[in-house]
Amino acid sequence: MTTKIGKLAFWLVAIPAMALSWTGSARAQVEIEYWQYTFAQRVQAIDELIKRFEAANPGIKVKHTHIPYDDFRVKIAAAIPAGQGPDVVQLFYGWLQDYLKAGLLQPLPASEFSVVEIEREYFPIVQQMKVDGKYYALPTAVRSLALFWNKALFKEAGLNPDRPPATLDELVDYAKKLTKRNANGDLVQAGLTIDMGGQDHHWLREVLIRQFGGAPYSADKKTVTYNSSAGVNATQWYIDLAAKQKVGQIGFLTDGVTAFRSGKAGMTIDGSFRLGALDSQKGLDYGVAELPAHNGIKSNFASYWVNGITTKATGSKRDAAVKFLQFITTPEAMELWMNTVGELPARKSVAEKDANKNHAKYGPFIRGLTYSYATDFVNESAQRKVLIDMVDTVVLKTVPTKDAVAQAAAEEQKLLDAFYKK
Amino acid sequence: MIRRLQDLTIGQKRAIWAWGFLALPVAFYVSIRFYPTVEAFRASFTNWNIVGRMEFIGLANYARLVQDPSFWKVIGNTFAYLGLGVPISMLLSFVIAFFLDRVRVGHGLLRALYFIPHLTTAVAMAWVWRWFYQPPPVGAFNVWLTGLGFGQMPFLRSTTQALPAVLAPAIWAGIGFQIVIFLAGLKAIPRTYYEAAAIDGAGAWRVLFEVTLPLLRPTIVFLVVTSSIAYLRIFDYVYAMTNGQGGPIDATKPLVLKIFETAFTHFEMGYAATQTVILFAILLAISLVQLKLLRSR
Repeated sequence: MTTKIGKLAFWLVAIPAMALSWTGSARAQVEIEYWQYTFAQRVQAIDELIKRFEAANPGIKVKHTHIPYDDFRVKIAAAIPAGQGPDVVQLFYGWLQDYLKAGLLQPLPASEFSVVEIEREYFPIVQQMKVDGKYYALPTAVRSLALFWNKALFKEAGLNPDRPPATLDELVDYAKKLTKRNANGDLVQAGLTIDMGGQDHHWLREVLIRQFGGAPYSADKKTVTYNSSAGVNATQWYIDLAAKQKVGQIGFLTDGVTAFRSGKAGMTIDGSFRLGALDSQKGLDYGVAELPAHNGIKSNFASYWVNGITTKATGSKRDAAVKFLQFITTPEAMELWMNTVGELPARKSVAEKDANKNHAKYGPFIRGLTYSYATDFVNESAQRKVLIDMVDTVVLKTVPTKDAVAQAAAEEQKLLDAFYKK
Repeated sequence: MIRRLQDLTIGQKRAIWAWGFLALPVAFYVSIRFYPTVEAFRASFTNWNIVGRMEFIGLANYARLVQDPSFWKVIGNTFAYLGLGVPISMLLSFVIAFFLDRVRVGHGLLRALYFIPHLTTAVAMAWVWRWFYQPPPVGAFNVWLTGLGFGQMPFLRSTTQALPAVLAPAIWAGIGFQIVIFLAGLKAIPRTYYEAAAIDGAGAWRVLFEVTLPLLRPTIVFLVVTSSIAYLRIFDYVYAMTNGQGGPIDATKPLVLKIFETAFTHFEMGYAATQTVILFAILLAISLVQLKLLRSR
């Protein structure tokens, strides 16, 4: 009886294994794995790129695995040290340090990925992927922030629907005209969404603080520097949008995206990844503009996902992985990615083609990239929470802005210290 | 092998049968319940951060926890959920069940209406309540309040009102279940006790306190223990109503949400395991104390 079961178990394992190896050897000499998180358009874009790559490289087969976002990091962390999982992997730029510490990535070979060429070709934010003179990962696409405005509401408020505000002063002025309250003074339409839980914390951190003459972090990124008059003034200006200018309300219609999508907010600040959702909203006629300038300063926040080669890939698999990474960072791949996913090309030459740079919706994001900053997050969600709590402390606990900013800076410094001393 | 089976006594055969059937659930529980539990205890003494190796660091996580002000904040919140949630839901569900037990017309319909919230997805309900809590003219509660001449309330946008505001839909959903259990408990009390009490001339209050409540003791024990565990583990309502933040400024964050954050947004699995061990200890202690207090006499 035991031998029977043993035999059965053997065949149960052996048959699929043989089938797999047979199809593998029949169709390609080398098979590499590519992993990213599940997101319909990203999956579609990579599937199409793999099809083209395999057609051009008959000896290589790429297996595409996508994993729900919530499990993504856990699965990669478990798989690679065990010698399984991806040869080429997609990761958020802010995770690089963690991945390097855990020994999950190998440097990109300088012969195929020249440092000089990368720095000439890519937007400067990508330089964060360089550690000790070596690049560890490259993006296909990048994203930035822009101002979205509702053209119908502009018309209704007597504003020119084709002329968005260019400065912060204009922003406040327009927002006032776009704000509507009922007889009781209750807000029924916001001029501008005020939502730190959305993209506003990036706007405050990398844009407003700089426009008020400060900087969020020191040049070596290890010290929080917004506990300054610039930091306090920027924060006060942001809080005054609701408190003094009364052009919006924190939590209005639960969040900024909902308010803008439902046509109950004149303007909002959001990322390029929102274009798809807004385009699918029937009856919403909106425009996209570069973030308003202040004191002659323009700034933006950019972020991106990168592709790296894992330490699992060796020998012929590594060579195949290098080829695949080269392929998905070609100008052709970047254009495909933009048109499928809605994210912006990471190579300046592609992004700044006239057709892209002057595109009605991608254009403002691309122009914003040239003067953007990618925050060196050590723990994005914790650092985001520090700023959300900073604003809430002033608004809900009537703590003076100066004290709340100082408290937030100290709190965030602790996070940086904990990370860099490791 | 067959011959040897025949040599066994009936008792031994029965045991083999029983264990044969139990083997699957036992293997299942050992592999997906007990083993991870033991692993969690082990992880609580390490600085495992998901990527990389587990490194034994002794009691460092526990020491850090005691000094972490946000830990004491969430412990306070967790006990606030427990301290408000259990008595309010027990009182409400008992009063409703007590009177529902006497209603003959539309009894089934009413019972179903009270039970429906319990069947509804927590996240969907939390979102509906989120809209109820909006400022006027959107939020229903504030529209009613201002309509009745009261001032409007900030609800979720207040560090003091947010916790009860998040708790309300949880209570509302929980009492559906509690009412049904109370109704079953009330039905199980023999009529003869009430008849005897009536013959002795006992008043309504006396009957309530000396007949109904003492005889409901097993029901009450069961509901107090299960609802305490539920409120100590509250998560879904808070997550859905505060964008996963437990805000404003941690005002609504329970221990389970902090564990979730520590594990899956900060990736400090070792530290999260430590908090899980503490939660386990709290749940165990409270359940044991309640069982002891309510069962005795």
